[in-house]
Amino acid sequence: MTPAAKPRRYFGHGLPYCDIRDLTGTLITLEGTDGVGRSTQVRLLKGWLEVQGYGVIETGWTRSELMSETIGAAKAGHNLNQLTFSLLYATDFADRLEKIVIPALRSGFVVLADRYMYTAFARSVVRGADPGWIRSVFGFALVPDLVLHLKIDVDTLVPRVLRGRRMDYWESGMDMHLGSDPYESFRKYQRKLIREYNRMSREFGFVDLDATLPIDAIQEKVRARVKALLEERKIRALTESLETIRPLLFDPEPEKPRGGLETAGARGSTPAPSSGG
Amino acid sequence: MKSTKRNPPRKGKLIVVEGIDGSGKSTQVQLLLKWLEARGEQVFFTEWNSSELVRQATKRGKRKNLLTPSTFSLLHATDFADRLTYHILPYLKAGMTVLADRYIYTAFARDIARGVDPRWVRDLYSFAVPPDAVFYFRVPLEVATARILSTRSKIKFYEAGMDLGLSNDPVESFKLFQGRVLKEYDRMAPEYQFKVMDGTRSIDGQQQKVRAVVGKLYDSAPAAEAS
Repeated sequence: MTPAAKPRRYFGHGLPYCDIRDLTGTLITLEGTDGVGRSTQVRLLKGWLEVQGYGVIETGWTRSELMSETIGAAKAGHNLNQLTFSLLYATDFADRLEKIVIPALRSGFVVLADRYMYTAFARSVVRGADPGWIRSVFGFALVPDLVLHLKIDVDTLVPRVLRGRRMDYWESGMDMHLGSDPYESFRKYQRKLIREYNRMSREFGFVDLDATLPIDAIQEKVRARVKALLEERKIRALTESLETIRPLLFDPEPEKPRGGLETAGARGSTPAPSSGG
Repeated sequence: MKSTKRNPPRKGKLIVVEGIDGSGKSTQVQLLLKWLEARGEQVFFTEWNSSELVRQATKRGKRKNLLTPSTFSLLHATDFADRLTYHILPYLKAGMTVLADRYIYTAFARDIARGVDPRWVRDLYSFAVPPDAVFYFRVPLEVATARILSTRSKIKFYEAGMDLGLSNDPVESFKLFQGRVLKEYDRMAPEYQFKVMDGTRSIDGQQQKVRAVVGKLYDSAPAAEAS
């Protein structure tokens, strides 16, 4: 059997105890900074996919059964440092990966991840973590099939966030002591984050989408990309299944030796049955 | 050991005891603590898995058997990072001695025994500071398990490695799992230059050896205060 053109793989050292060769689903991730409109796009995409009959599972940052309360409490208490901040996210991510993402992919679902490991990389690196270290910590992550990156500049982002909600302590990077003014801190922090996302877009080959466009226009582009991916995967799956039945389709029925009259070397490919009968 | 940032300046000493459950390391570290304090050293004691930050999650994960080898490992790494920040580095910077009952080697041994990638878990803990001495209390598996089983009415699920499905019998599973952990410790001993102690010897006999080694740490270096 021919192996898949692009077999599912781990980002780094992986989980030795978890076999991922049988994951047939599709992993699509949306990335981008705080308030850029990811969740809206995920919601619209999910509905569209379901209308077409795809099974869709959504997973979001810090929503794991194991860690969501702990992360909430730790953030409320403002007592995290760069290390514990990174590691809490990694724990949450691992829990969702093993309990939600991998089982869903094994059952053939489309998994939509609202943020993925790249958010952890961006946030950890701007807080001073070693980029190599945080990447190796997430070595157990699955490489996604598609990373849609909602790209924005800080000048467009600021009024959008201010209209939508209050400025949040963590989204403003107040823990980084960039200044006592939340507005100034937000701008500085988000500028750093955006730079990091843009750098990773080149490193990991994100699909950049202009997040300054209207919601519908972005969604149209999102759907086009997702449609192309799903079709490509369908064709690949079809090709693979064709490969497995090719011998039945194209090879003539293996000749049965009749009464010892064996045509000498007629078919090199079919191994000669052991003489007997 | 590489760090996410450069290693902070430190003046104090970090002394670590390691070994499987029932190896006698906790007894030895308490005796060492008494001796160091009697000598007039300022000593801070820290235990594995004791930070407030992830206590709830760890408890919940263990009670409901939610943990996988990777989340088990990451929760302990988070706990360790928190303790390193608040319970270890400040004391070392202040020139105090830190005694640690278990350190990163416990994570390496247990997590690898659970099936995580050995390179991954070493990278994960690369932010740790290297200790000045690591005492490894080595006892045969049968001795350690007999000690634990005689003093406990019940072995806990993760302690027995029941999550690995080695055996449905907790005692049997405990023995198999501890055997794996022991093997990992033995493998690490030369790699990290553990001071290997024969945990079957008398308690005071072992303690004399520990004190002799630790005494040299203080003699060889100038006093902690003189930086």
